[in-house]
Formats: sequence, structure tokens, C-alpha cells
Amino acid sequence: MDPVIFLIQVLNGVQYGLLLFLVASGLTLIFGILGIINLAHGSFYMVGAYLAFSLTERMGNFWLALAAGVLLAVALGMALEWLVMRFLYPRDHLYQVLLTYGLILVFEEARSLIWGDDVHGVQVPAALDFSIPLTDTLSYQVWRLVMSAVCLAIAAAMYWLIQRTRLGMMIRAGAVNREMVQSLGIDIGLLYRVVFALGVALAALAGMLAAPVSSVFPGMGNQVLIISFVVVVIGGIGSVKGALVAALLIGLADTFGKVLLPQLAGMVVYLLMAAVLLWRPQGIFGRT
Amino acid sequence: MGRPLQILLVIGLIALAAFPLVGEKFYLQFVTKVMIMAIFAISLDLLVGHTGLVSLGHALPFGVAAYALMLLTPEYQAAGFWTSLAVSVGVAGLASAIVGALVLRTSGIYFIMVTLAFGQMAYYYVHDSKHLGGSDGKYIYVRPALELFGWQPFDLEKPAHFYYLALALLVLVYAGMRVLLAAPFGRAIAGIKENEHRMRMLGFATFRYKLACFVLAGMLAGLTGWLTAAHDGLVNPEMLSWHQSGQLLMMVILGGMGTPAGPILGAAALKALELVFQGWTKHWQLVLGLFIVLSVLFVPRGLAQLFEWRRRRG
Repeated sequence: MDPVIFLIQVLNGVQYGLLLFLVASGLTLIFGILGIINLAHGSFYMVGAYLAFSLTERMGNFWLALAAGVLLAVALGMALEWLVMRFLYPRDHLYQVLLTYGLILVFEEARSLIWGDDVHGVQVPAALDFSIPLTDTLSYQVWRLVMSAVCLAIAAAMYWLIQRTRLGMMIRAGAVNREMVQSLGIDIGLLYRVVFALGVALAALAGMLAAPVSSVFPGMGNQVLIISFVVVVIGGIGSVKGALVAALLIGLADTFGKVLLPQLAGMVVYLLMAAVLLWRPQGIFGRT
Repeated sequence: MGRPLQILLVIGLIALAAFPLVGEKFYLQFVTKVMIMAIFAISLDLLVGHTGLVSLGHALPFGVAAYALMLLTPEYQAAGFWTSLAVSVGVAGLASAIVGALVLRTSGIYFIMVTLAFGQMAYYYVHDSKHLGGSDGKYIYVRPALELFGWQPFDLEKPAHFYYLALALLVLVYAGMRVLLAAPFGRAIAGIKENEHRMRMLGFATFRYKLACFVLAGMLAGLTGWLTAAHDGLVNPEMLSWHQSGQLLMMVILGGMGTPAGPILGAAALKALELVFQGWTKHWQLVLGLFIVLSVLFVPRGLAQLFEWRRRRG
């Protein structure tokens, strides 16, 4: 393979992987701490992308729209946790699957009512709308590099939040022993609400960042959801570090799979998952 | 099994047997579909309700069998009834055995995610395969023909004949499942659902039991996939999509999982609701979604729970 093309594929793979990480980290946090399997997580990604579309048109500035969108996503997450999710904590996974499946239908149809069923595009911010030439014919879109940088910054911020702050300490403690945290006088209900909203915001942010590249279309959440599941399974459920490693692995495998094995492109990531399951059923960083 | 439920089942069976004498073609086909879905739901309930394996990829054997029938049917000619049925069910069983050997290494939430992922793998494979019709799928112009030594007892092209085939298979599968669950095998999987660790200590090879369940459920799903493809006359990737698996799970839980008539009630109730909601609005899935959310919150153990409630009062 030509080194320049190779470089482009690596960059694409890493960028895709980092985007997946944003979605999957929320999923894995919500499972690891709240014990909830959330099928509606892909819907938050979709909501994010559509918010980016609407808000950018209204506000005229992508970054302002991004900030407003994240705030709206946090509000949505808080409301949803209060309305529905908190009743699921003591329930069996089966009912969590079912209820969040129902939520997907609700979100899909709500999207259809609010935004319609058309495909929309979102403009890349003007200042960043150019490409770096690599050879005479090949170039690389700067926006993709910006996406990767933003994702990396958020990954670092999450590491800092979870490992270095008081809130992070409470989150980690809540994952280990809910009752103990509660009896130490920490409002576990509020803590859970914050974690859920954080997960929603991460997924929505991923959708907003992806909107200029992937366009905005119905059903975009489902595809991401399933791949994020694969990421979480490979990385180990509940492990944010595992999600990062697995997301990069999947991003690269998917990108190179499309180039090297085009006839099996859609299946490469699932075959990778099957291989990991044979080797370590609990995922790379999962605890047994 | 509760007394009222038994009576209800008998009345239901009589009503179903008599229905083609009065029903219009549209409703005849509708009830046929409901009965096929009921078999499908029974097969998933074997995993979810009786063995404690929550599979979100049950559309995989269903779709595999449907596509097998499509491949076996020559254009503008009928496939053989017995051969196509045997091959479809066999292929579904084989696919389930391969997937099962992998997914049963995991449990709990992993199992849910991994079955879902394998289901999607099959979906994307079919979706991206030109020779399988890609995202549009393919038509099956002629339904399989049943022939016994040159004698044709019934013609599946006639709605009423297909209806009775589905009804016969539903009764057969229902009865077979009752026998199986009462047999030592059924007691063993009930034990595995309750406490797998203890069963292993007692000397049961629990993995093999679970794999046997997974394959059997897959074969029954294959039976329904074959029926659906033959009935609808087309196959498409949506048959393998996880919405299929999700709706099926909804049927099982709505009806009451692990109860004898639960999956049948659930399939009938959900299909009927769909029909009603579709009559109300183009955005019927919104209503269905809200219905699912509310029923999980307020009727946690399904429709069969309503019968329990009556019994406790009465």
C-alpha cells in the first residue's frame, strides 16, 4: 500500500475510533455505574446530529450551536433519568432492554415529526473548511483532524474527572457499592442522574461532531449503537480505558477492512469481536 | 396452568379452527401471520423465559431460514415442501449452533449485547450481498408445493390452506413444548435458569443443555422464517434486523415470559395493537414505543399476570 494512502487510512481509522469512543464511553459508564443496558444510546447520537443541524442554522455559528446542543443534551438526560430510567435500576436487564427499545421507537418517530425524514447536511465551520494537500491528488480534510483533537481532549477531561476530582471519586465508589455510598451521606440519586446526563451528552456531542462529515439522516443512531456495543464488549463492560482501546481497534479494523477485504467490509468488526470472545469472554479490560 | 387459561385456550383453538369459514381474506392472512409470530415467540420464550438466556439476536435463524427458502426456490417454480422445510430448519439450526457455541461463553448483559451483534453481522452480510438481493431483498413467486407420491393433499397458494398449516404447526409446537418442559430436560433447564452453578455442581453439563436449547430455539425460529418467507412471498434484510428481535422480545414479555400461553397471547396482542395504531396515525411507532415504555413500568409481568391477579382474588 502506498504510504500516503496508508497514512490517510490510519488517520481515518483513528478519527472513527475516537468518535466511537465518545459514544461507547457513555454506554460503558451508564452500564458500569448505573447497571443499565441502554439501547436508546444511539438515539442520543442521532438527536445530537439533528440538534447540530437545527442550531447551526439558527445561530449561524457551529461552536455556539455545539455548546447549546450539549446543554440541551444534558437537560434531556436529566429529564429522562428522572422520568423513566430511575425506575429501572432494581429491574432485570430484560426489562431495561425492552423499555429502552421502546424509547428508540419514540425517539425515531419524534425525530420524524420534528425534523421530517429528509437527509440534511451541516456545514463545516468556515475557518476550518479546507484540506491539507499530501500529494498532487490526495489531501486530508482538516475538520477530521479537529474532530480527533476534540475527542482526545474530551477523553483526557474524562480521565481527569473520574480519577482526579471529588465527583469522580463518588462515581467510582458508586460503581463498587451503592449502599455504602448512600450511607456515607452522598445523594446517590443525584449522582446517577449526573452520570446518565454525562453519558447522553457524550453521545450527543459525538453526533454533533460527526454531523458535518456523515450528514444527518434517519436511523443514523442504530448503526452507531450496535458498533458501540461491539466496542463495549471487546473493551470490557464498565471500563472506560477498555472502551478507548477497543474503539481505536474497531476504527482501524473497520477502515482497513473496507480497503483490504471490501466484500466482507460490513462483517470485519463482528469477526474481530468473535475472536476476542473466544480469547477473553469478559473483554480485554473486563473483570471476571 | 390455571383453570381459566385452559378454558380460554380451548375456546381459542375452536375459534381459530372455525375462523376461515367466516373471515375475510385480509383477516385470514392477518391471523396466519399472528400464528406464525406466536410460534416464533414460543421459540424465543424457550430461551428467555425457560432457560434465562436473553437473546436479542433471534432474528438471525429466522432470517437465515427465510433466505434458504429463497435460494431453494427456482424462479417461477415451487420448491419441494419437505426438502425446503428440512433444509431451512437445518441451516437455521446449524447457524444457531455456531453462534451459540460462541455466545454461550458469555452471560448476562454480555449475552444480550453479543447476540445482538451477531444478529447485526448477519444483517449486514445479507444487506451487502448482491446475489442475495441486497437491501431490497428478493421475491419468492411460488409457494412450496406439498406432494406425497404424486398426491397433493393441500395447496399452499390458497389462504385457507396456508392458515390451517400454520394452525397445525402452532398446536404441534405448543404441545411439543409442554411435553419437553415437563420432561427431565425441561426440569434441568429450569434448574439452570434458577441457579446454574448449583446445577453444575449436581453434575449437569449446563453448557450442553444451554446449547441444545439455543439450537432448538433456532430451529423453531427457522421454521417460522420458512413459513414467513413462503407466506409473504419475499425476503429482505429487515427480516434479520434487530427490530425483529426487539419486537419478538416485546411479544414474549408482554404476554408473560415462561408461562404456557404467554408468547401466544403476546404475539396476538402486539400484532393487534400494531393494526390498531396503524389505523390511527402514520407515526404509529410512536404510540407503540410509548405503549412499550408504559407497560414495562406498570405491567411488569405481562398479560398472563392479569390471570394470576384474578385467581388470587377469586
